[in-house]
Amino acid sequence: MSRRRHSDENDGGQPHKRRKTSDANETEDHLESLICKVGEKSACSLESNLEGLAGVLEADLPNYKSKILRLLCTVARLLPEKLTIYTTLVGLLNARNYNFGGEFVEAMIRQLKESLKSNNYNEAVYLVRRDWYVYAFLSSLPWVGKELYEKKDAEMDRIFASTENYLKRRQKTHVPMLQVWTAEKPHPQEEYLDCLWAQIQKLKKDRWQERHILRPYLAFDSILCEALQHNLPPFTPPPHTEDSVYPMPRVIFRMFDYTDDPEGPVMPGSHSVERFVIEENLHCIIKSHWKERKTCAAQLVSYPGKNKIPLNYHIVEVIFAELFQLPAPPHIDVMYTTLLIELCKLQPGSLPQVLAQATEMLYMRLDTMNTTCVDRFINWFSHHLSNFQFRWSWEDWSDCLTQDPESPKPKFVREVLEKCMRLSYHQRILDFVPPTFSALCPANPTCIYKYGDESSNSLPGHSVALCLAVAFKSKATNDEIFSILKDVPNPNQDDDDDEGFSFNPLKIEVFVQTLLHLAAKSFSHSFSALAKFHEVFKTLAESDEGKLHVLRVMFEVWRNHPQMIAVLVDKMIRTQIVDCAAVANWIFSSELSRDFTRLFVWEILHSTIRKMNKHVLKIQKELEEAKEKLARQHKRRSDDDDRSSDRKDGALEEQIERLQEKVESAQSEQKNLFLVIFQRFIMILTEHLVRCETDGTSVLTPWYKNCIERLQQIFLQHHQIIQQYMVTLENLLFTAELDPHILAVFQQFCALQA
Amino acid sequence: MGRLEGRMSSQIFDHQQSGGQAALAAASPGRICAFPVPPLLGLPRYTVEWRCPLPPLCTMSGGLLKALRSDSYVELSQYRDQHFRGDNEEQEKLLKKSCTLYVGNLSFYTTEEQIYELFSKSGDIKKIIMGLDKMKKTACGFCFVEYYSRADAENAMRYINGTRLDDRIIRTDWDAGFKEGRQYGRGRSGGQVRDEYRQDYDAGRGGYGKLAQNQ
Repeated sequence: MSRRRHSDENDGGQPHKRRKTSDANETEDHLESLICKVGEKSACSLESNLEGLAGVLEADLPNYKSKILRLLCTVARLLPEKLTIYTTLVGLLNARNYNFGGEFVEAMIRQLKESLKSNNYNEAVYLVRRDWYVYAFLSSLPWVGKELYEKKDAEMDRIFASTENYLKRRQKTHVPMLQVWTAEKPHPQEEYLDCLWAQIQKLKKDRWQERHILRPYLAFDSILCEALQHNLPPFTPPPHTEDSVYPMPRVIFRMFDYTDDPEGPVMPGSHSVERFVIEENLHCIIKSHWKERKTCAAQLVSYPGKNKIPLNYHIVEVIFAELFQLPAPPHIDVMYTTLLIELCKLQPGSLPQVLAQATEMLYMRLDTMNTTCVDRFINWFSHHLSNFQFRWSWEDWSDCLTQDPESPKPKFVREVLEKCMRLSYHQRILDFVPPTFSALCPANPTCIYKYGDESSNSLPGHSVALCLAVAFKSKATNDEIFSILKDVPNPNQDDDDDEGFSFNPLKIEVFVQTLLHLAAKSFSHSFSALAKFHEVFKTLAESDEGKLHVLRVMFEVWRNHPQMIAVLVDKMIRTQIVDCAAVANWIFSSELSRDFTRLFVWEILHSTIRKMNKHVLKIQKELEEAKEKLARQHKRRSDDDDRSSDRKDGALEEQIERLQEKVESAQSEQKNLFLVIFQRFIMILTEHLVRCETDGTSVLTPWYKNCIERLQQIFLQHHQIIQQYMVTLENLLFTAELDPHILAVFQQFCALQA
Repeated sequence: MGRLEGRMSSQIFDHQQSGGQAALAAASPGRICAFPVPPLLGLPRYTVEWRCPLPPLCTMSGGLLKALRSDSYVELSQYRDQHFRGDNEEQEKLLKKSCTLYVGNLSFYTTEEQIYELFSKSGDIKKIIMGLDKMKKTACGFCFVEYYSRADAENAMRYINGTRLDDRIIRTDWDAGFKEGRQYGRGRSGGQVRDEYRQDYDAGRGGYGKLAQNQ
């Protein structure tokens, strides 16, 4: 490494100082670069690079020790896939400079303590503390198991025995909720600790022979053995606190084994520790580079040792593992779509084939795939196709054409085609879908206006509808619309109220039908219409029945265009024409029973719940900020002794009181929403179970599987909020009298939270 | 699914000549430029839409650690709106906290519904404003997408930018915020500047460029 020689000029002032600092910065940058790059492709062997680097760092220790320490601690933390390279480097440095070795150990312990205290458990969220410690122990063994056993076999046996005991006793009721497939074949979906335990057992049986991890320190055995060792200071993990948050349990996703790539290198078995190490490293790469898709793809395909493993298969499996992870993927869904596209661009000769093979496998196993995962599969596949001109061999899936249309495969194809249409247009779908598949094509998303043709003359309210249409086209005001609607009779009662605005379904019908029909051209047109006639909407939909009816009529107009329904519901909630509970009740109403298993319905429900949650958080934040402002004001007052701020205090305190009420009201609305949803689920599932019992038919229809998994989905997607309601749920809704099928879902959820 | 017809709005003062020249110069660097090239600040979006992404990690200098913190897809591009009322500093400040994206290289036939579907993948959309030909008031191949949160807009920059919509690679860029009038193309013929001088045939964008058409 070349070093800039300091200039001999001595101005005695700033310029000289500046020059020195910039030299120092350059050197530091250079050191960082050297440390980070070691292990990457190079003309020399890794061992000689490590030896050289150790020499350079040793020489720089007098001037750059703290920087080097910091760098080494950081790379150990952020680049776990290169762990053994850095441990070798530190070992070599220790051999040359014993004090530095000691300082490094201290710094690492400090870093570990800080990470645990700030809950940086791999920056993930676990629920069970003991589970995490077992995981930490087991997952370190592939790297250090051999050494630990050689030096401390008695202690290791003890830890192993107590680990085995613990794992045997562990409750695993929560596992079915997290499995992607309910079937055990061809690959069991094991709970992560069980899988790791099996892998470590096998490793132990193989006498800790692990061949995959790079172990450059073996080459330096003689040097490292001679060096003096340091004792690790005693380490007490921080105690559990209220705020401690642990990563959630998970299930190991497997979709490939060695039979899937007969031509290439052999894929390590599911219980081999090599499999564990490869998967860990690939997950790490994604975690490091998720924001930079091109970098992420490049790092994945240049994984070391790639010639000995079917790397593309591992990559695709790891990516789908994350995408299908329950309750939620580690990163936003669309990241995985784009990452896979980048990978296809990088390896156009090999990756697309593996991806196609994976898609085919996922399709074949749809019958036992968890509904939430099917949703993600639908969204991924349609979005992926839209980037590749929708090219796919649909005929390969002709088997779905002869099945019950409600069964998973035809349902999947229908939903995919619907999503493809949303990303393009109706005719495009008809063009690329083979004629045999036309029954699965989505409807042309046109508006249905009931007062449109001559036959509607006899419909009640028809003349008012025509009148309204004329008024809308001549840019009428809200008042003018009100006066037209005044004349509409109320089929529900004999005489109108004075004001005439109690729930009148016919008024709602003519108004909503006509307005939405006129605004059908685009989303923007419809939003404008909602905004312009907001006052009329609010008045007509004042009661709960009114809200429900508005949604019903809107659905009748737009039942061919689920996307429009979704955006209209969203707008109506945001402009408070309807509330979240009304949407929930509408989803479970009989009008929607035909479409109850369609994806768009659940997207609407989850979007509604998310809006409610965001609303509560927003008001809570406002309250917090107001309280902080008051606290700051108080502090300033005690500092300044300023009496005039008494008045300001009063206004702020009033605001806080109002916000407090708002928060309580919002939280109550939120709780009510969940209770309504759970209650409706229980009703609809019980109805089905009772009917099956009386008819003597099997409970497990496709509809039932879909419905029960949708209930599970509510629990999983919103588990943090629902946690607050456990007592109410247990006492009010999920009582012991409930059918065991339904109760099981609740019990699994409770187990997950424990 | 029809295309949005525009609404009448007041004219704004039109400075777009210099933009066009830069497009010509940048689009075909080997060509002899008939007009003087304006400064960088006036560079229209077209010329920077084909910006290359950062090279793969292993060839980067400055170390892996800097790269690990990198979020290059979210960074500001070179483009600044030359009609912006305010100085560059003010514009940058707005760009850095904006929730609005400019979306370019759309087909003239791409609908608001399609844009909603694609861009909803990174979060809830607050509003979409279709870009219009100033004379014809028809879609002219760009739009603005506004999110409720900055984080959602950032994810769009990371994962939707540079992917396809209607078989075309679309480009997203930060926008300082929609103002009335900005929904119109700034090309002399009413569409976008990039379509004024384009020499190639693009079926999704009215065929040949306006200049070529009029020759």
